[in-house]
Amino acid sequence: MTDNTPLIKIRNVHFSRGSKLIFDGVDMDIQRGKVTVIMGPSGTGKTTLLKLIGGQLRPSVGSIEMDGKAIHKLKHNELYQLRKKMGMLFQSGALLTDISVFENVAFPLREHTQLSESMIRHLVLMKLHAVGLRGARDLMPAELSGGMARRVALARAIALDPMMIMYDEPFTGQDPISMGVLVRLIRMLNDALGLSSIVVSHDVKEACAIADYVYLVSGGKVIEHGTPAQLAASDSQWSQQFMQGLADGPVPFHYAAAKTYADDLMGVDV
Amino acid sequence: MYISRSIEILVGLFVAVGFVALFFLSMQVSNLSSINGDSGYNIKGHFSNIGSLKVRAPVSMAGVNIGRVTAIEFDTQSFEAIVTMTIESQYNGLPSDSSASILTAGLLGEQYVGLEAGGEDESLKEGSKLELTQSALVLEQIIGQFLFSSGSKEEN
Amino acid sequence: MMDLLQRLGVTSLSMLERLGRGSVFFLNILLSIPSVLVRPRLLFAQMYSVGVLSFSLIVISGLFVGMVLALQGFYTLSDFGAEGMLGVMVAASLVRELGPVVAALLFAGRAGSALTAEIGLMKATEQLSGMEMMAVDPVARIIAPRFLAGLLSMPLLATLFSAIGVLGGYFIGVGLLGIDEGGYWSQMQAKIDFSEDILNGLIKSVVFGLVVTWIAVFEGYDAIPTSEGVSRATTQTVVHSAFAVLLLDFILTALMFGDN
Repeated sequence: MTDNTPLIKIRNVHFSRGSKLIFDGVDMDIQRGKVTVIMGPSGTGKTTLLKLIGGQLRPSVGSIEMDGKAIHKLKHNELYQLRKKMGMLFQSGALLTDISVFENVAFPLREHTQLSESMIRHLVLMKLHAVGLRGARDLMPAELSGGMARRVALARAIALDPMMIMYDEPFTGQDPISMGVLVRLIRMLNDALGLSSIVVSHDVKEACAIADYVYLVSGGKVIEHGTPAQLAASDSQWSQQFMQGLADGPVPFHYAAAKTYADDLMGVDV
Repeated sequence: MYISRSIEILVGLFVAVGFVALFFLSMQVSNLSSINGDSGYNIKGHFSNIGSLKVRAPVSMAGVNIGRVTAIEFDTQSFEAIVTMTIESQYNGLPSDSSASILTAGLLGEQYVGLEAGGEDESLKEGSKLELTQSALVLEQIIGQFLFSSGSKEEN
Repeated sequence: MMDLLQRLGVTSLSMLERLGRGSVFFLNILLSIPSVLVRPRLLFAQMYSVGVLSFSLIVISGLFVGMVLALQGFYTLSDFGAEGMLGVMVAASLVRELGPVVAALLFAGRAGSALTAEIGLMKATEQLSGMEMMAVDPVARIIAPRFLAGLLSMPLLATLFSAIGVLGGYFIGVGLLGIDEGGYWSQMQAKIDFSEDILNGLIKSVVFGLVVTWIAVFEGYDAIPTSEGVSRATTQTVVHSAFAVLLLDFILTALMFGDN
């Protein structure tokens, strides 16, 4: 891991959905072997960014390179080859609901390798053990709690030993215990397996606990970036508001209204 | 992915039952069982009027189906209809001077070709032509003739 | 007025867009079919949920449609003293029309809607997306086996429907109304032609199977990934399938039987 070139280079990416501009010139570097956290208010297209990196969406302008390959220019087959090196953890877990936990983790192995049944069994149990759910292998996804489902999905994401894992809002809607478990797992997997991790989140405390580097995104642009310590010490009003969770600041508490409050109350037509 | 064996058996059963149904439709419901390949022989007959005879109409002798009409053409020389009939090969001893007439099954039924055996020793073969034919009875013509003849009787 | 025209334009444009997406999707399915043939187990599982689970519905409906045809036909035919033609009437209506059409409509309601709901829910719960990110093409892995299963099941179900219907007609005609048994079958055999009737009926059912399954998987794949979107897509599958089947039936009938 002496390679110092970034694993993923995002340059000047613009993306819009319909007439709504979501990214307006985003630049990012995702370093190898590090946990990079992308934070921002809800609705700033953080999930969209992961889909752009995964090649499920294409930017209208700009480039996204992984390991020197421009993801948005790959052919269908090349893209699928590249995706074997990526793992993605969806917010919902996205487990296949009609097969058991064991089969879910075995799924990518069965699809992409010709391993023997005993080999698959070994690998699956190993991955499940890593997330602490070896005992849940015969359960169906519907029988799992949200936190367990995410851990199974994590076991599945590392089944093919990827170079990189993307986590989409891993902490949302978790109780403190499973949140702690996930924080520990992300850090541990990253360091033990030599992965690079991208975590999309708006849980400031948990995200800062695991982050090596943080990007703050808002209004389609990177507002600020740096290590958690740098951001905490930043004097930018915006970062302060977000990091400390203040209700009012550069991101206004009030959604922009066409009329003043007084006019609205009086029923005056503007 | 693991699929229980019973599902595979049920799918197999489903496909098998489907094919049995197709077999049933072919053999019991349709005419496939009575088509013995192309083992029949063709004979032709010239008719001055075939009425509403259609291709695939039955050809019968003494009330028994022995073949089908396979083609109907129009002869531009004689202005007659040439009806080609395929007779099943098991009925291969029909006298060569047999006569053909176009008959109607019941009052409203469809038309078919009825063969009447002759007395020759020689048999009909592939490509034989029937010499004696009788055209279809067209109802309007019969009624016309009847009116004409009854009218002329009254004058006498 | 302008508003109405504008809305009409927008609607027809979006319909064209959907048709285009659907066609590209159809091509993708066709390109993925070889990958299904390599793994027949995927197909078996879908043949089960698409075909085997529709079996009882088709058999029971076929039986009753055949029995009703025999009852109704008998009273009409007996006015002309042509009860002997009952077998022909039942078999011809079933094999040429009712078998393929009614089976396809039932199929759309039973299997088509289930396919749409299943695929739509997989989309809504990010299972399809997740599969893509695992480098597994959901069209090849999820859609193509279901499409192929529908395509293969539909002709089998339609044939079954017709065969059971003919038997149902037999029970009523021969068993209840006292028509001569020999007449029932022999008239049928004399009038029903294998290539003209049975094969054409089979072709119809293949076409219907293709269209209904295509609509079903496309509606699911293209559904808006919310519970409302999935329920809308499921309804649309049944409605669009019914329209498509009836329209195609008219066209195919005109092509196949028009010259008689």
